[in-house]
Amino acid sequence: MDKKKINIEQVKQVAKLARLNLSEAEIAQFSTQMSDILQYVEKLDRLDTANIEPLAHCLPVSNCLREDIVKPSLGTEKTLANAPDSDGQFFIVPKILDEAGGP
Amino acid sequence: MSELDYKIIVGLEIHVQLATRTKMFCGCELVFAAEPNSRVCPVCLGLPGALPVMNRQAVEFAILTASALNCKIAEFTKWDRKSYYYPDLPKNYQISQYDLPVGENGFIEIPIAEGQTKKIRILRVHLEEDAGKNLHGENFSQVDLNRAGTPLMEIVTQPDMNSPQEVSTLAVELQRIVRFLGASEADMQKGHMRFEPNVNVVIKKDGSEFKTPITEIKNLNSFKALEKGTAFEVKRQLNEFLDSGEVAKSGNKKTFGWDDTRGVTVLQREKEEAHDYRYFPDPDLVPVVVNEKWLADIKSGLCELPLAMQKRFTADYSLGDYDAGVLTADKDTALFFDNAVKAGGDAKRICNFITQTGLKIANEKGCRVSELGISPQRLAELAKLLDAGTVSATAAAAIFEKMTQSDEMPQQIAESLNLIQKSDADELKKIVDDVITANQQAVEDAKCDGKKTKKAYGFLMGQVMQKTKGTANPQIVAKIMDERLKSI
Amino acid sequence: MQILELTCRQLRDKIAGGEVKSVDATTAVFEQIEKHDRQIGAYISTFKEQALAKAKQVDEKIAAKKPVGLLAGVPIAIKDNMCTTFGATTCASKILENFHSPYNATAVEKLLAADAVIVGKTNLDEFAMGSSTENSGLKKTVNPHDFSRVPGGSSGGAAAAVAAKMCFAALSSDTGGSIRQPASFCGIAGLKPTYGRVSRYGLVAYGSSLDQIGPLAKNVEDCALLLDVIAGHDEKDSTSVDEKTAPVRDWLSAVNNKPQNLKIAIVPELFKGADGEVVESVKKAIEIYKSSGAEIIEIKMPHFDYAIAAYYLIATAEASSNLARYDGVHYGHRTKNPADYIEVYSKSRDEALGDEVKRRIMLGTYALSSGYYDAYYLKALKVRNLIRSDFTAAFAKADCIVMPTSPTTAFKLGEKTNDPLQMYLADIYTIAVNLAGVPGISIPCGFDKNNLPIGLQIIAPAFAEEKLLQIAMLFENKTDFCKTAF
Ligand SMILES: [Mg+2]
Ligand SMILES: [Zn+2]
Repeated sequence: MDKKKINIEQVKQVAKLARLNLSEAEIAQFSTQMSDILQYVEKLDRLDTANIEPLAHCLPVSNCLREDIVKPSLGTEKTLANAPDSDGQFFIVPKILDEAGGP
Repeated sequence: MSELDYKIIVGLEIHVQLATRTKMFCGCELVFAAEPNSRVCPVCLGLPGALPVMNRQAVEFAILTASALNCKIAEFTKWDRKSYYYPDLPKNYQISQYDLPVGENGFIEIPIAEGQTKKIRILRVHLEEDAGKNLHGENFSQVDLNRAGTPLMEIVTQPDMNSPQEVSTLAVELQRIVRFLGASEADMQKGHMRFEPNVNVVIKKDGSEFKTPITEIKNLNSFKALEKGTAFEVKRQLNEFLDSGEVAKSGNKKTFGWDDTRGVTVLQREKEEAHDYRYFPDPDLVPVVVNEKWLADIKSGLCELPLAMQKRFTADYSLGDYDAGVLTADKDTALFFDNAVKAGGDAKRICNFITQTGLKIANEKGCRVSELGISPQRLAELAKLLDAGTVSATAAAAIFEKMTQSDEMPQQIAESLNLIQKSDADELKKIVDDVITANQQAVEDAKCDGKKTKKAYGFLMGQVMQKTKGTANPQIVAKIMDERLKSI
Repeated sequence: MQILELTCRQLRDKIAGGEVKSVDATTAVFEQIEKHDRQIGAYISTFKEQALAKAKQVDEKIAAKKPVGLLAGVPIAIKDNMCTTFGATTCASKILENFHSPYNATAVEKLLAADAVIVGKTNLDEFAMGSSTENSGLKKTVNPHDFSRVPGGSSGGAAAAVAAKMCFAALSSDTGGSIRQPASFCGIAGLKPTYGRVSRYGLVAYGSSLDQIGPLAKNVEDCALLLDVIAGHDEKDSTSVDEKTAPVRDWLSAVNNKPQNLKIAIVPELFKGADGEVVESVKKAIEIYKSSGAEIIEIKMPHFDYAIAAYYLIATAEASSNLARYDGVHYGHRTKNPADYIEVYSKSRDEALGDEVKRRIMLGTYALSSGYYDAYYLKALKVRNLIRSDFTAAFAKADCIVMPTSPTTAFKLGEKTNDPLQMYLADIYTIAVNLAGVPGISIPCGFDKNNLPIGLQIIAPAFAEEKLLQIAMLFENKTDFCKTAF
């Protein structure tokens, strides 16, 4: 596959994954701009990293653990305070039809 | 269908809720059926800027369970984000473990037939956070995040189960194990354990093998549903194979949901749609490094596992597999039994006390047998009284019940309730003679070999027991009665 | 005495000594805001009433001879990507325009506990994604030194507020240069501490493994003072480093100690990419160090040039995941009349997120998606390791590395908005520092022909903030380039 270019179809697929309802114009623009950036990023391929460990984090620490002690929750009112739609008990969304939409 | 030569192949994905007080990454309390959205904080609500901090107890429970399942415990593990959008998942990613699970390559031993066991390989054990709950109304859905962030342990087995029975047996066995370890309450009704079997069948036909497409079954909320759902799915697959001949290939895995009322599986997802979870290491969490000392500390929480205990009870105490199974369904009960036997009680008698009288009373009170207020020592004493013939079996049951209310030793209770058996032969002979004199017809019936023999004999014995208010030692009475009847 | 000319430390001492009232300092700040912010646009929100009430409280404490905190009565601004229970926390995004946080960021809590007076929350590139603050979804901010130019980004509002004396210092954040580059453009000091030094709890995440909170202030000493207040382990942030690994020090007391046997590394190759005037100023700065006894050594950092490429994969990958939560379900903007629940996500996000944010989400999603993960994201993480090893090698030879903060001085508004890649490339000097997790500071070191400030960047090993601040202070004590506008 051509790593350098990201075509309209790929942009659409990525937009779907990212849950962005992009317009045709945005898709076209992103196709160009993302291609430019990916082309630039190609320079990484010049480096031989076969024996290099990936570095996800620079921290010298591990095992930051919390004791199993109850802390106060926000409570229903505060939890729902910023909700775009709620009934005072639950967050409300349009009916979820595909119950298998989860993992 | 019966003419088909086939083999059932099932692997299980199991989610077990850990018995922590708080959530996986925040201090929100885990409360079953709490007011909706009342146990939510910035972390589990996924508010901007909120960060997760892992619960030590959850990590330790997972390592403990993985150890009990004979897994290799990872010295280094990390957290990954699994991305998908769903309203019950506030961050739209789930914190889980992808390539470095807590434990790998273990096995669980399950009982398959009287005394026999089978090893099912465990692929991996990992930790993750649960999502919330979506409830579906007429025109909209409601989202409750109380459960969001609950610590789950996901256990994935190899496809080593070959019948629906094996699937449910594994489920029950796993429930016993996590309960023994204290890692989970494992209450199916509260959704503490969720089982998702991956089922297919290998069919031998015309000298070649055909594998049906794998299906995953969701929504199995009880052990019975798990077994029935798996069995149904096997039948459905065989029928579908006969109909369409479709075989497994990459991408044609389907998802079915179990409809418990109708007793059928219903197609949920036609094909494994291109799920792209975009796993990557969660930059908000640091790795978990399990050194030898910590692992040893955690493993000190290991105990004799239920199946081993069950085997020991049958081997050392000569119990039947069924009784041993009942006793080891619960760790406290099993230990209570074991300690009572070790305190000198006869195993069979102790077992009967527990399974016949004890469990009944405990059920009524909603507690365990070990919590009835009877120490293993006192129970052993009661067993000894019964063995010595000091009390009858009926009396012993009454004494057991009394012991739950009083701290007195069984002997004292027996005395104060006047339940000590009369074993004085002279006194009993006199009573037997009185009964014989008073019931001539019954004596005749008892002596001749006829239909009425047994009944008449029982009647005479009953009369003696009545006259002694049940305190006569039935064995001695029977001996005297036999002698007297013979001599008439 | 002009109150607004004081530094945090001076003001704090005067307030604590009863010489100046916090109420007067706070009033002066709000007068300055009322005078200039309509043009500069530094603040998204201000809290005049609350600030004056707090100032009064501090004054009363002092009058009653009660102990007060390190920032007693000092008016401070907060970049609007840190959660506060007062006002909205917008991240300069329409998607959070009306979001009210039920909790305070830990760094904000620490400011409050130190008796600081919070003036307001400053503008930024939406979700801190940008280098000019032109990507703000809510308003425009200009450079106080030249209103036709950008203040830098993403902390453009915070830097402009400090430079225009509309606060005495600001709490800011730096993912790829967002503190240091605007500091450089606005002629002030800006410190990005070591990753893990300051709690990120309550900092709205952009690139979680790179984000770090730090101060923007008028000088180095104030950076030390603010670091004293905000540093330290936080049990709410697993990535904030424990006291044993990284002890918190009294940097304010230590900052004036002259570093001994100072060895400074420079990377001559890197000067090629910068404007002539910038290079000239930086070279003069190096001469100043030399003349004060420092040894200058030349080194190579062979992987430095790959930092931007690695950064724009790692930061965007993390961002694509961090920003997935802005979906219109639990908080934030929701589209009107969605056809179904999927549209709640896709339309809400499309309507309320800006172009640059979408672009980075797209890029990051792509870099993580199946089939591309190894080629992009994983590769970038490996290169990140190589970049860090460049720094490790450099610090084996020298106490610090010195280079420009930005290849240019503040550029014109609109100059780079149409070419995202060109905008990214301007972050060449700052980005590697975040990838390596080490601390860096930008301090003023001169002016170009347009009298625009030039920034000098000093980079030190992880958790060597003390040395870093001392080295910066050494330069500041010998020069006079700190210059606020007006
Ligand atoms: Mg799972
Ligand atoms: Zn919570």
